[in-house]
Amino acid sequence: MADQLICQCRKRLSKGFEVEADLRIPLDRAPVTVLFGPSGSGKTTLLRMLAGLQRPGAGSIVFRERPWFDAARGIHLRPQERRAGFLFQDYALFPHLTVAENVAYAAPRETARRLLDTFGLAELAASNPRAISGGQQQRVALARALAAQPALLLLDEPLSALDAPTRSRTRYELRRMLLTGGVPSIVVTHDRMEAVALGDWMAVMVNGRIRQTGPVQEVFSQPADSQVAESVGVENVLAAEIVGRESGLLVLKVNGQVNGARIQCVDSGETGPVFACIRAEDVAITRQMDQVSSARNRLAGCVRAVIAEGPLARVELDCGFPLVALVTAQSAAEMALGEGESVSAVIKATSVHLAAHTSALESPQGER
Amino acid sequence: MDWQAIWLSVRLAGATTAILLALGLPIAYWLTFSPRRWKFLVEALVALPLVLPPTVLGFYVLLAIGPRSPLGAVYAKLTGGMLPFSFQGLLLASVLYSFPFTVQPVAAAFAGVDRKLLEASWCLGVSRAATFRRVIVPLSLPGIATGAILSFAHTLGEFGVVLMVGGNISGVTRTVSISIYDSVQALNYAAASQTSLFLLCVSFTVLALTYALQRRIWAVWPIN
Repeated sequence: MADQLICQCRKRLSKGFEVEADLRIPLDRAPVTVLFGPSGSGKTTLLRMLAGLQRPGAGSIVFRERPWFDAARGIHLRPQERRAGFLFQDYALFPHLTVAENVAYAAPRETARRLLDTFGLAELAASNPRAISGGQQQRVALARALAAQPALLLLDEPLSALDAPTRSRTRYELRRMLLTGGVPSIVVTHDRMEAVALGDWMAVMVNGRIRQTGPVQEVFSQPADSQVAESVGVENVLAAEIVGRESGLLVLKVNGQVNGARIQCVDSGETGPVFACIRAEDVAITRQMDQVSSARNRLAGCVRAVIAEGPLARVELDCGFPLVALVTAQSAAEMALGEGESVSAVIKATSVHLAAHTSALESPQGER
Repeated sequence: MDWQAIWLSVRLAGATTAILLALGLPIAYWLTFSPRRWKFLVEALVALPLVLPPTVLGFYVLLAIGPRSPLGAVYAKLTGGMLPFSFQGLLLASVLYSFPFTVQPVAAAFAGVDRKLLEASWCLGVSRAATFRRVIVPLSLPGIATGAILSFAHTLGEFGVVLMVGGNISGVTRTVSISIYDSVQALNYAAASQTSLFLLCVSFTVLALTYALQRRIWAVWPIN
């Protein structure tokens, strides 16, 4: 239990808004933790408190059994003493230094050179950081942070400064770089696809409070309350593998399914292991097994539970893997859906969103 | 032309600028980054020489460094000399008189440095002092150069304070401006006009160089 980050602290911000974070991250099980929440929920404040850039009003922060902050005992380690690398949203590269000098800013030359090579920056070594692309700047910032040999890496919306096409391409690359770096990381984001693509562990923050923590898939499929459900927005996150291509569409096999259903989706350029994200309201339920429809995916399954949620009903299906559908209470009643009944789930190919994701276990050690 | 006076003025201005840089940079850092509520009092104090008549400043400096004042007494005990009507006394007065000319441009330059760069440096394990030296100073060079040159030029042209504190001792306290005043009093208009023209040319050249220098540095490192 020693390999943990335990943060229980409070900070009152000027407009009467209070960040009250109760967070426990198992660093050994979670190489990358995503701190997820809507804008203005206090994520950045929490990250700055962890870095030592902002002092909490009360509480404590303990990293691997070492107190970083303890209001009761008057402990408040300076950022220099915590060795928590911080990646700013706009990367904050030193404009008066070259790329190589930035990376070597707080590191021996040798370490810096090795990181320049690892991150493919050797050719840019003499460039001015303002003259390189956003994606390259991000790599420089990450190399600079890792060169200082941090104990923990904190990333504040690392992809938000990039343009949209670069962002989705960089998601996968960033996770790979974080795993290569071998330093536990906490990534702040408000983008659910980023959360799925980057994280192993996830903490959801709403209105200044941590509402739920756990493995990413679990948080998505079992949100603790309606506010978490609303902010994460995707109920079905299925670990899957791309097994083929058919008339321009990708064919996925959900992990652990030998003869199970294939899911078709639009080719968005992802490769390798992926998470398929499907919102519950995009899953329709029908009793007719062979009706022709425009939806590409038709999965046979049986009803596990029907839970009324106001005018809607949340239907939990077992299609060989758990799948959640959100239908109106009226249709649930008309179809007389009950536990154990056989139905099919209908999903349009365009409703399946992919996020490439390497599991931490198969981290690319060979690429060091 | 009174070369002796010119050389004295240049020495005085050079020494004043050096001292001001050594004192002004830490004070400008404190003024820029301190969270203290009462720092506006220090800001007002630093800016005081901008509005105070030089005679008033000179009068108080004279009182403060006189042999009967604590400062004057300590100085007399340490060196055996006296501060009023000496080069050292003049230097002290000049430093006070030009203080805002160093501190204000430098503080403005410090404030222009993106705070995230400092935080990034701290999080990389680099101390505050080293961050000051390695990030803040290099990024504030145009402001520091402006402060140094303005202080130099301002000291070169000071008159009232010199008259009050230094008097008019040839080779010790007779600076360029005093020499010009002397020449005019003696109806030696030729000498006065020569020295005046010299001072005018030097001042213009120095200022023109400052602006040219800043433009170049800013073109290389745009400050946003």
